[in-house]
Amino acid sequence: MQQKVEINGQSRRQMQKAINEKKKKSRDVTGQEDDADDDDDVSERNCPGIKSKDAGKASACSGCPSQQICASGPKGPDPGIELVQNRLEQVKNKILILSGKGGVGKSTVTALLSRALAADDSERNVAVLDIDICGPSQPRVLGVLGEQVHHSGSGWSPVYVDDNLSVMSIGFLLSTPDDAVIWRGPKKNGMIRQFLSEVDWGKLDYLLIDTPPGTSDEHLSATTYLSEADLTGAIIVTTPQEVALLDVRKEIDYCRKVGIKVLGVIENMYLFVCPCCQKLSEIFPATTGGARRMCEDLDVTYLGGLPLDPKIARYCDEGKNFITEMPNSSITDSCKNIIKELAKYRKETH
Amino acid sequence: MLDDVKHIILILSGKGGVGKSTVSTQLALTLKERGFKVGLLDIDLCGPSIPYLLQLEGKDVHQADGGWVPVYTDDKQNFAVMSIGFLLNSRNSAVVWRGPKKTAMVKQFLTDVCWGDLDYLIIDTPPGTSDEHITVMENLKTVKCDGAILVTTPQQVSIEDVRKEITFCKKTGIHILGLIENMSGFVCPHCTECTNIFSKGGGESLAELAKIPFLGTLPIDPRVGQLLGKTCVKELPDSPSAKTFNGIVDRLVVT
Repeated sequence: MQQKVEINGQSRRQMQKAINEKKKKSRDVTGQEDDADDDDDVSERNCPGIKSKDAGKASACSGCPSQQICASGPKGPDPGIELVQNRLEQVKNKILILSGKGGVGKSTVTALLSRALAADDSERNVAVLDIDICGPSQPRVLGVLGEQVHHSGSGWSPVYVDDNLSVMSIGFLLSTPDDAVIWRGPKKNGMIRQFLSEVDWGKLDYLLIDTPPGTSDEHLSATTYLSEADLTGAIIVTTPQEVALLDVRKEIDYCRKVGIKVLGVIENMYLFVCPCCQKLSEIFPATTGGARRMCEDLDVTYLGGLPLDPKIARYCDEGKNFITEMPNSSITDSCKNIIKELAKYRKETH
Repeated sequence: MLDDVKHIILILSGKGGVGKSTVSTQLALTLKERGFKVGLLDIDLCGPSIPYLLQLEGKDVHQADGGWVPVYTDDKQNFAVMSIGFLLNSRNSAVVWRGPKKTAMVKQFLTDVCWGDLDYLIIDTPPGTSDEHITVMENLKTVKCDGAILVTTPQQVSIEDVRKEITFCKKTGIHILGLIENMSGFVCPHCTECTNIFSKGGGESLAELAKIPFLGTLPIDPRVGQLLGKTCVKELPDSPSAKTFNGIVDRLVVT
């Protein structure tokens, strides 16, 4: 006898335990009932959720594989949420840079946007927080490799790239470039909490948060801690080919599940201009209509496209400021346009 | 479950989007082309790409007495595939799991899938050095694992993350079979001028620095990305990519 195995379908005895945990997690983040296709599961619906005082003690909990974990865990909302809220009170706009897929240019786009925002108005204070714990790229891309983070009475001082642009990354805390951060989720969670609650940013107009690929610990932690801190929304970065869009659609689904506003999608590497013959070619062909089509399908804003320029890869490796050194490039233009789009969501400075 | 698997090879990279899944798929297909029985396990839970790359989206995994039956691409059952993508009912739905849940799933993939007799099992991983990777390492301690192939792109940003992955391999005692440099150079289809979009040679110098074997370079070739389940060495036998894949497989088969 063969039985179909599925995670969200009907025949899922195999996955029951897994689902219990997953549902609890999704409730933890959204704070609301997740009533998608679980009509056949009564016990699931009565789960009090791990924030409840009854967690692990309600009648529905008896027999649940996670009962013990729920009963023994700390009750109530995470105290970190309030700390983050207080710390980020003076930060007007907080934007997450997300992508389900790796290597699509999240860090590059974060760096470009932060530099464009900083160059646009010297009175404007901009900061970048890199929560990619296993592969931090911001120190290199922003040209502050090897800098140190200092502690003071008011918290960790970020590293200043420019007078009005600061950055914080785990990269500054590693002693050698070969150091690997081999951490499971809870440790990463602790680090992100520290980054969000203990860095002394001062007054900021924009805080851009660069994330690792996926929809896992780092993202859930950041979302949970920022839940009361008035997050402006998320910018999604993608490349045009279907294999990337596949993961990016999941990320948009994630944003909707946890209630993050999607400000828009940036399509990176969408065309390549041959430096020899100036002709255009598609390196990552948009066989399924690319990001534009996906934006239409999922009803999100298409913020713009950035062409693939070998110069940008080199500038990133060398940590140079592409925006001010190449003011006439089409990438710089696109970035400026994207900033204008973002201004719609912008809150006025103090 | 992995007792009858003769060789296990991990495909790793600290960096995302460097082509781990493409390399995994093409290596597996090349091995199959040589007449081996091959399995491909995708443990990237948040962004499974293998079902799309092999055009197996919508296929189902079944539960038999012996465990989960993987998806076979052919009637002869020479190529078995397992991915979380087969367990999701919509290709757009996200798997939003924290570490412990991912650990349980990866463990289940390693212990509950009945691969049967396999010559090679290729394991495709997500980027980073976290839960999925630690779990794989822990569970492979008891079975014989040939080692890991690292994939990188030539630019420094990527090399930096791969250096971390090398440290990870050394710390966890996994043998490194070698390093592949992907996306090194793009030949313009209009003027055949080769441009090193993400610079060049970074992988080779990293391999020298870290004293690990360098397995070869793969250029950016949009045709390879569009093969979707077809074998590169068969469809594009004269392409530089096919030569590299053949070269790597030659080395793997000898060891």
